[in-house]
Amino acid sequence: MCPTLNNIPVGCNALVKKINASGIKKRRLLDLGLVPGTKVEAVGRSPLGDPTAYNIRGAVIALRNEEASMVQVSKLGN
Amino acid sequence: MGLTYQSTGTAAFREEAFNFSADDKQPVIALAGNPNTGKSTLFNLLTGLRQHTGNWPGKTVLQSKGSFIHQGIKYTVVDLPGTYSLLANSIEEQVARDFICFAKPDVTVVVVDATCLERNLNFVLQVMEITNKVVVCVNLIDEARRKKIQVHTDKLRKMLGVPVASTAANIGEGIPKLLDLVSKVVFDKLKPKPVQIKYDKEIEEAVSKLEPKVIEALGSELNSRWVALRLLEGDTTLIQSLENYYGKQHLQTLQEVLA
Ligand SMILES: Nc1nc2c(ncn2[C@@H]2O[C@H](COP(=O)(O)OP(=O)(O)OP(=O)(O)O)[C@@H](O)[C@H]2O)c(=O)[nH]1
Ligand SMILES: [Mg+2]
Repeated sequence: MCPTLNNIPVGCNALVKKINASGIKKRRLLDLGLVPGTKVEAVGRSPLGDPTAYNIRGAVIALRNEEASMVQVSKLGN
Repeated sequence: MGLTYQSTGTAAFREEAFNFSADDKQPVIALAGNPNTGKSTLFNLLTGLRQHTGNWPGKTVLQSKGSFIHQGIKYTVVDLPGTYSLLANSIEEQVARDFICFAKPDVTVVVVDATCLERNLNFVLQVMEITNKVVVCVNLIDEARRKKIQVHTDKLRKMLGVPVASTAANIGEGIPKLLDLVSKVVFDKLKPKPVQIKYDKEIEEAVSKLEPKVIEALGSELNSRWVALRLLEGDTTLIQSLENYYGKQHLQTLQEVLA
C-alpha cells in the first residue's frame, strides 16, 4: 500500500500520487496545491503530532492528520 | 435581508449588504489573492491614512476599506482576506467569494507572488471564472529578481487574457502602471477577456442544461456559468449566500430544478 502524506517524517519529501477523497473535500486539497505530481515536504509537526506543516508549492500550510491521510504519496527521501 | 440587487442598484446594494457608506459610490477596487502576497502592503500604500477597519457584516473577519485618488478620480479599495480558493471552505473564503460575487467590484486586483506563480494561478483562474473585470498584480517582483526568477508578464497577459502589472508594493515599484491598468478597466477602456476553462464533456453538457435555469431564476446579474458550475459541485454555501443576498423567492425556480 502507498503511504499517505501524514506518514511522511519531518524533513522528508514526498510526491503526490492521488487524492483519496471526493467532492468539496478533494477540491479543497487540490486548491491548496496538492495536485498529483506535486513535491511536498513535511517541515514541522506540532508537539501533539497533529497538525503538520507542509511546504506545498512555495507556501507552508498546516494540515490535520485527517486531511493529510487523504493524500496518497510516494516517498522521495530527503 | 431579501433586498433585490436589480431594483436597488449596485451602490445601494453594497451599502446595505457590505457595510459601505453612501459616499462609497465611487468605483470599488477589491484586492484578492493567496495569503501573504502583499495585499495589505499594497492597500496601505494606496490608502495611507484614508482607511478604516471594522468587521464584515455578521462575520468576525476584519474588513479594511479605504480610498485613494488617481488622476482626479476617487476610488474605494477593499483588502480581502488571503485564501487559497474561493469555495467558501472557511469564513475568510466566504467573505472573499461573496464580495467578488455579490458586491461586484469594478475591478478585482488579484495580487500574486512572483516567486511562486504556479501556486497563485489557481486562485487567479477562480476569480476569472466569476468576473471579467480582473487585473493581475505580480507582486514581490524584487524578491523574484533576487532569486533570479524572471516573470514574463507579457506572456502571462496573453495566456490569461487579462492585464498584468508587476510590482514591489513594499517600495512602491510598478504602482503607476498598475493604477493605469485598473482605471482603464474601470472605465471600459480596456476589456479583459479571461480565458474560459473548458471542463469534461459531461460537465459542459450539464452546465448548458442548468445555465438557462440559473438565468431564469437570477437574471443576468451574476455569472450564470459560474453559478451553474458551483451548483453542480454541490456547493451549498453559495445557495445560502444567494438566499441572503437575493431573497428566497428568487431561488424558488432554481430549487425546483435542483430537486
Ligand atoms: N520584498 C517584498 N516584500 C513584500 C512585498 N509586498 C509585501 N511584502 C512583505 O510581505 C509580507 C506580507 O505582506 P502582507 O501585505 O501582509 O500580505 P497579505 O497579502 O496582506 O497577507 P494576508 O493578509 O495574510 O493574506 C510583509 O512582510 C510585507 O512587508 C514586495 O513587493 N516585496
Ligand atoms: Mg493582509
